[in-house]
Amino acid sequence: MTRHTDDGDGDAEGGNGPDGERGDGPAADTDRSTPAPGVPEAGRDEQPSIFVPDDGEVSDETPPERPATDGGVESATGGSDSADLDPDAYDPVDVFPGGDLDLREGADSCYKCTSCDTSCPVAEVDEEFPGPKFQGPEQWRLKRKGDHDIDESITSCSNCMRCDDACPSSVPLSQMHNEARGQFVESQMEKLSREYVRNRILSNYRFFASIASKVPRLANAATKIPGAMKLGEKVLGIAGDREFPDFATQTFREWWKDRGGAQVTDPDKRVAYFHGCYSNYNTPEVGKAMVRVYEHFGYEVMVPPQKCSGTPMFANGMLKDARRHAETNVENLVEAIGEGADVIASCTSCSLSLRQEYPELFDIHGIEDVSEHTYEALEYLRINEDLEGELAGTELADEQAFAYHAPCHARNQGLSRQAVETFRDVDGVTMEDVGDSCSGISGTYGWKAEKYETSMEIGEEMFEHMEDAKGDVGMTECPTCAMQMEHGTGYEVEHPLQLLEDAVGA
Amino acid sequence: MAIDSDVLVVGGGLAAITSAVAAAREGADVRLVAHKSSTLRQASGLIDALGYVPATEPAKPLREGPPTAGRKLDRDEWPDPEGPLADPFEAIDRLPETHPYRVLGADALREGLELFDDLAGDAYRGGHTDRNALLPTYGGSVKPTARYPAAAEAGLASDDRPTLIIGFRSITEYDARAFAGRLEAAGVPFDVAGAEVEFAEAFRADTKVTRFAKALDHDEAIDGVPAREALAKAVGPHLHDVVDEAGGVDRVERVGFPALLGDDRGDEVRAELSDRLGADVFEIPMGPPSLPGLRLEDRLYDALDAEGVRFETGNPVVGIETAANGSVETVAVDRKGRETPYGADAFVLATGGLVGKGLDSDRDGVRERAFGLRVEQPADRYEWFVDDAFGDQPYARFGVRIDGDGRVLDADGVPEYDNVFAAGGVVGGADAAREKSASGVSLATGIVAGRQAATEATQ
Repeated sequence: MTRHTDDGDGDAEGGNGPDGERGDGPAADTDRSTPAPGVPEAGRDEQPSIFVPDDGEVSDETPPERPATDGGVESATGGSDSADLDPDAYDPVDVFPGGDLDLREGADSCYKCTSCDTSCPVAEVDEEFPGPKFQGPEQWRLKRKGDHDIDESITSCSNCMRCDDACPSSVPLSQMHNEARGQFVESQMEKLSREYVRNRILSNYRFFASIASKVPRLANAATKIPGAMKLGEKVLGIAGDREFPDFATQTFREWWKDRGGAQVTDPDKRVAYFHGCYSNYNTPEVGKAMVRVYEHFGYEVMVPPQKCSGTPMFANGMLKDARRHAETNVENLVEAIGEGADVIASCTSCSLSLRQEYPELFDIHGIEDVSEHTYEALEYLRINEDLEGELAGTELADEQAFAYHAPCHARNQGLSRQAVETFRDVDGVTMEDVGDSCSGISGTYGWKAEKYETSMEIGEEMFEHMEDAKGDVGMTECPTCAMQMEHGTGYEVEHPLQLLEDAVGA
Repeated sequence: MAIDSDVLVVGGGLAAITSAVAAAREGADVRLVAHKSSTLRQASGLIDALGYVPATEPAKPLREGPPTAGRKLDRDEWPDPEGPLADPFEAIDRLPETHPYRVLGADALREGLELFDDLAGDAYRGGHTDRNALLPTYGGSVKPTARYPAAAEAGLASDDRPTLIIGFRSITEYDARAFAGRLEAAGVPFDVAGAEVEFAEAFRADTKVTRFAKALDHDEAIDGVPAREALAKAVGPHLHDVVDEAGGVDRVERVGFPALLGDDRGDEVRAELSDRLGADVFEIPMGPPSLPGLRLEDRLYDALDAEGVRFETGNPVVGIETAANGSVETVAVDRKGRETPYGADAFVLATGGLVGKGLDSDRDGVRERAFGLRVEQPADRYEWFVDDAFGDQPYARFGVRIDGDGRVLDADGVPEYDNVFAAGGVVGGADAAREKSASGVSLATGIVAGRQAATEATQ
């Protein structure tokens, strides 16, 4: 029998993974280093990465490489332009020859306690959805034989990733779902189908936003033409009851360029801002708040060239698109890290993607560095600055109560309570947590006509709690949760950075 | 800069919450850090204190030599455990000396239960007496427990009113008729019948309990009929199923269901069903996934918030830094690959035992994961267990050892660090599964560790 070897390429038995690893002899034990406490060996942390071969296909939907269209400027300290990206410069290691991710240990770690199923917001409202335990370990086992298709129900998973947080055994559920969804889309989904086209459009939001942002007023007016959204529903299956978000007349990057980049320079206190698409095209006020708050604390802010974090692409199984964007992001962020920066995201899904999904799904040189250096904006300040001291005794000019919703993706990073705790001692602020339910939109999920109803049923609990709460302004870190909060209650919704900007007078 | 607090509690279950609240009530600034969502969702929702005193000595000397791997040669013989106990407190003296109840004293258990009563409020019953209650469980047995959800109250086994047990074919936890038969065989003082009804069949077979609960919470239409009404209609024809000893037919006075009768609006769901059926309605606590456990989790985390405790879940504690004087200064929290120091003046370790993964084991040994504290264990792993699966398994009592203040001890029996306390399943000495003492040990160790940590931190 072929034994598992240290460099991990000794899997001579085919796609079934290193069978020798769970060995039955003492040999398997002696080389096992002390596992990190709380992180079972079978957890995602030790998983080798998937390699989705990038066959160089250039999609019609590929955004123009020159970021000039979005006011693109180089980062304050330089940084290479993504147009120079040379795939040959990378050294992707194809760990599993079939491009297959070995998830056996993850499947073995599942002891079927079903905690994941009780945490699933979709299964709670839709009994036709078989739940994360099936989508993850059970489906993975089923398809070992090779003659089983991926069950179509994988497309009903909203990728909220709450199951990751619920699993006491650290089964990499969302990684399994991402892999299965990617496989479903790749091999079972009709590429000319309306659903595929619609999902491709939704997950490549950045591309369309970059075009719309050239003519923001026209684009905003177009989505408000009576019947325009209904037409979108008929033609593309995009939920017609939703209001399309407005595009900013000046993107964040245009603003950044206009102000002349960073106003504070300090080579010892640098952060690279990953603004993501939404703060750039739709809510630049969040990005501006980030810059002002960080400069208030003496940080030099860099704004490297960047593309989509990949979150909507993972959720739609568009792994090739996600990988292409990841290559640009990793290249530019690694460079910033080399210049002493940590990476800061204001969107909790962007930060989760860079931290968790990137190293789980892709093997790109430097991707682990990006993962280890990425933080959410408020989290980073709470770790590195005396935020409580700074905020103690501050007072908000106009008293305001907020109904705060913690995004599911914040939950997975241990951030679900940070806004409530941070602003607890600010005079004039009442911050009420509206509970642990999911908002239901999950990025692109609630934008799909056939998922709209499920999305709103999931969100119902949050809407009720928001209406019961004292505040009439919503607060959350996630832009799509914010859309849902606004859609369900009509409240205006802010990002914690905007409140922090007011509180510290940045 | 580290994230600082007076007391840092590591863990997210009953012991962690108890110690966090106890410390906060002593005036400490408390933070709780848990790796995952609370495992309370796997718990039955019953709060056991002490149901049995199991034998620690076999009936005859154990056979020498290696385990027999189930071959039936010269089997172990163990006396039956003492119990079910009517009064958990009077039996504490008969537990082994190293049991947490013996180490901390009966008052710790009493005060822990009082704190629980305060936090659980009207959602729980049993606080009026020291004595155990007897509740039917989904296995069809009757279990001694100290506190139980209000939703389970009408199901007490000491009640003599005729009872109907309802089951659904698609919910496989129990078969209602077999369940009723087992209760009768156990000698319960009431007449009982089981009936399987059509209701859950409107959903697909692997529907989650949370889905049923939501449908009943919102009284969603099932084939055009509101869910609560549909369920009551399905049960109606069986209200006269109970036959007494004389062959007479009794109308049942109470009806038991699997524990899925609503989540946020459970009281409302039970009240409406009860009204429609003209009988009291109760839930039968189930194994995981457990709605009573989820409800308790929600209630206790709300209590944490109300007590001003800061908490976060999602990232594990993976190590410690000690100060020059030998006390622990910070713990390292692994935030997706980057270790962040969390400082505190005192720490409570409440990460759970072998099932909760506070302890880890392999062929070489048993370890405590977060702080690397000593776990007493025989060097030869063949001595970790005995042949009889239901015997006095040494591994069941593995865990860290504490002193009367909850401080963790080293091999010489002195505190390993002066500011590290432990609570719950990570503390050794109890055989919680056989004793039915898991929650009580969490409450007793939790309240002591929390108070002492607060004292250590604020002195």
